[in-house]
Amino acid sequence: MEVTVEGAKMIIETSQLTKTYGMGVTSVKALRGISLKIHKGEFVAIMGPSGSGKSTLLHLLGGIDHSTSGSYILDGVTVNDMDDDSLAEVRNEKIGFVFQQFNLLPRTTALDNVILPLTYGKRKHGDLRAQAMQALTAIGLEDRASHRPNELSGGQQQRVAIARALINEPSIILADEPTGNLDTKSGDEIMSVFDGLNTEGKTIILITHERYIAEHARRIIYLQDGKVVSDENLSGDKPTTPKTEPGQNGERE
Amino acid sequence: MNIIQNIKIAVRGIAVNKMRSGLTMLGIMIGVGAVIAMISIGSGATSSVTSNIQSLGSNLLMVRPGSAGMGFGGARQAAGTAATLSENDAEAIGKEIPAAKSVSPEFSSSAQIVYSNQNINTQVTGVTPEYQEVKNFHVEFGQFIESEDLSNQSRVAVLGQNVIADLFVSGEDPIGKTIKIKSVPFRIIGVMELKGEAAMQSPDDSIFIPLSTAQKRLFGADNLSTINVQVRSEEEMDLASDQIETLLLARHDIGNPDEADFRIMNQADILSTMGAVTGTLTLLLGGIAAISLLVGGIGIMNIMLVSVTERTREIGLRKAVGAKRKDILGQFLMESLVLSVLGGGMGLVLGFIGSFVLAQVGGWPFVVSINSILLAFFFSAAVGIFFGIYPARRASLLSPIEALRYE
Repeated sequence: MEVTVEGAKMIIETSQLTKTYGMGVTSVKALRGISLKIHKGEFVAIMGPSGSGKSTLLHLLGGIDHSTSGSYILDGVTVNDMDDDSLAEVRNEKIGFVFQQFNLLPRTTALDNVILPLTYGKRKHGDLRAQAMQALTAIGLEDRASHRPNELSGGQQQRVAIARALINEPSIILADEPTGNLDTKSGDEIMSVFDGLNTEGKTIILITHERYIAEHARRIIYLQDGKVVSDENLSGDKPTTPKTEPGQNGERE
Repeated sequence: MNIIQNIKIAVRGIAVNKMRSGLTMLGIMIGVGAVIAMISIGSGATSSVTSNIQSLGSNLLMVRPGSAGMGFGGARQAAGTAATLSENDAEAIGKEIPAAKSVSPEFSSSAQIVYSNQNINTQVTGVTPEYQEVKNFHVEFGQFIESEDLSNQSRVAVLGQNVIADLFVSGEDPIGKTIKIKSVPFRIIGVMELKGEAAMQSPDDSIFIPLSTAQKRLFGADNLSTINVQVRSEEEMDLASDQIETLLLARHDIGNPDEADFRIMNQADILSTMGAVTGTLTLLLGGIAAISLLVGGIGIMNIMLVSVTERTREIGLRKAVGAKRKDILGQFLMESLVLSVLGGGMGLVLGFIGSFVLAQVGGWPFVVSINSILLAFFFSAAVGIFFGIYPARRASLLSPIEALRYE
C-alpha cells in the first residue's frame, strides 16, 4: 500500500479525487472519486467512452487543472493544494505532455519547440540547443531540427512533441490520445516510440479510444461516468498492478 | 525566460503580422513625432525669438496708430489703420520726452515695383536718417537716406536684400540703377544689410525711401504708420512709455486712456506676441501628441488583445510546459513594448523630419537635443507598458486547460 509495491517506487497516488464543473443545478460531475496508484516504470492506458472523465483525470494528474476534492500526491509531493505558480514548476520538472493536436508552436522550428520547457525551467546550465538536439536525435528527427511544424508530417510533429515532453526528464509522460490525429502507420510509429521509452524505464500514462493502442500498455484502466470500472493488468511480465480495486470508488456516494 | 528570449519572441510575433503591426505603430509614430517636433520647435523658436529681440534694436518703443473706428460703435478695423499719428507727434516726443534718445518716424505701405522686366509687390517704407540707429539696421553698400533727401523729397531708394534678390536676378550691381515705384522712377543709392528672418514682416523685404517722398509724392498721406523711439536706457523704458502715452493723449485731446487712438509696444510686448504664436503651435502639437499617443496606445491594447486571443492555445501550451504567470506576462508586455518602442523610433525620425521642415519654414534654427530622443523612448515605452499591461495580465491569468481547449 505504501511507498513500494514489489520494489517499484510509487509515483502517483490519488485518493477520492473529484472534479465538478459549474455550480448548482447545472454542475457536471466529471470525476466522482478516483483513487489510483501508479508506480515508476508503469505503462498505463486509460480508456472509456466520451465523457467518462478520462481527459479530466489526465489534466488533474498533469497539474493543468485543479481538483474539486480529494488528494493527489505526485512523486512524493502533495499537488492538490498548490497555487498556480508552484503547479507550473511541477509541470515543468515532473511532467511531459503529449497532446492529440501536437500543440507545437507555429512558425517555430522543431528545435526551438523542443527547447521550450527548458526556457521555463530552473536549471539553465549547459547548452540548451545541444540538449534539444540530443532529444531530437533520440527520436530520429535530427535532420528536421530547423523545420517548422507546417513542414513536418503529423507523425514527425508528434515525435517532436514527444522530444519536447522528454527534454526535462520528467517523472511521467502524459499522452492524451497521441495517435488520435494520425494515420495507422504513423500511429504505430508513435506507439513504438512509447514502447521504447517504457522499456528505458519511463512512466507513461496515455488515453486512447483504441483497444489495440491500449494493448501497448501493461495496464488498462477503464473509466465510466467519472469512476474507475475496471483496472486490468495485461501481461504478467511486469509486476505492476497493485491490489487497489476493492473499495476504490463508487460505493460511498 | 530571459529578456532576450522575450524580445526575440516579440519581434517574431510582430514580424508575422507586419501590416497589422505597422498600422498599430502608426499612432505611436505620429504621437512621438509630434512630441519631437514640439520640443524642437519650442527650443528653436525660443532661440529665434531671443535673437530677433536683440536684432530689433535696443530699448525700442514702437508707437502705432490704433484701429480705425476705435472708441466708437461699429466694426473695428485692423490695428494700425487709423491715421492718428503725425510728424508733429514724433517731433514732440523727441523734444519733450527726456528719456527718448532718438526718434524715427516711418510711413509704410505696399506698392508695385518694376525694374527691367521684373515686377514685384512689396513694402515701401518712408524713413528718416535716424532709422538706421533706432532699428539697429544699417546700410551695407552705398548710403542711407540723408537729411537733404528728406527736404528735397528726393526720389532715392535703399533696398533690402530680398528685394535685391527679387529684382536683380542677373546679379548686376543695383547701385545707381533706377527702379519704378508706383510708376515713379527712383534711383538706388544703397543696399541694406541682411537682417535675416524676423517674427513679423522681414525688413529685408522692404524698400526705404525718404519719409517726405513717401508721404507726399507716392502715397499722398501725412500720417505715420509707426514712430520708433529709442530710449536712453533699459531702466527708463517704462517711464518713457508712460510719458509718451501721457503726451500723446494730451496732444490728441483724449481724456480716457482706454480710448487712446494709438498703441505703444516694447520688446516685451513683441516677445509675448511671438511667444503666443509659438505657444499656440506648441500647444497644438502637444494636443496632437497627447491624442495620438492615447489613440496609439488604445490601438496597441486592441491589437494585443487580439494577439492574446489568437494565441490562446500557445499560452495554454506554454503554461502546460511550465510557464508561470510572470513568464506569460513578461512575454506579452515585451511584445507591446517592442511594438510601441519601434513605433517611437520611427516617430523620432518623423519628428526630426517634421521639425526640420518647420524650422525651414518658420526661420528658426533646427535643434536636435538628446532630451527629445530620450523623451521619445520614454513616452513610447510608457504607452507600451501602460496599454500592454491589461492584455498581458489577461493572458497570464488564462487557465492552462481552458487555453489548451480553446478553438
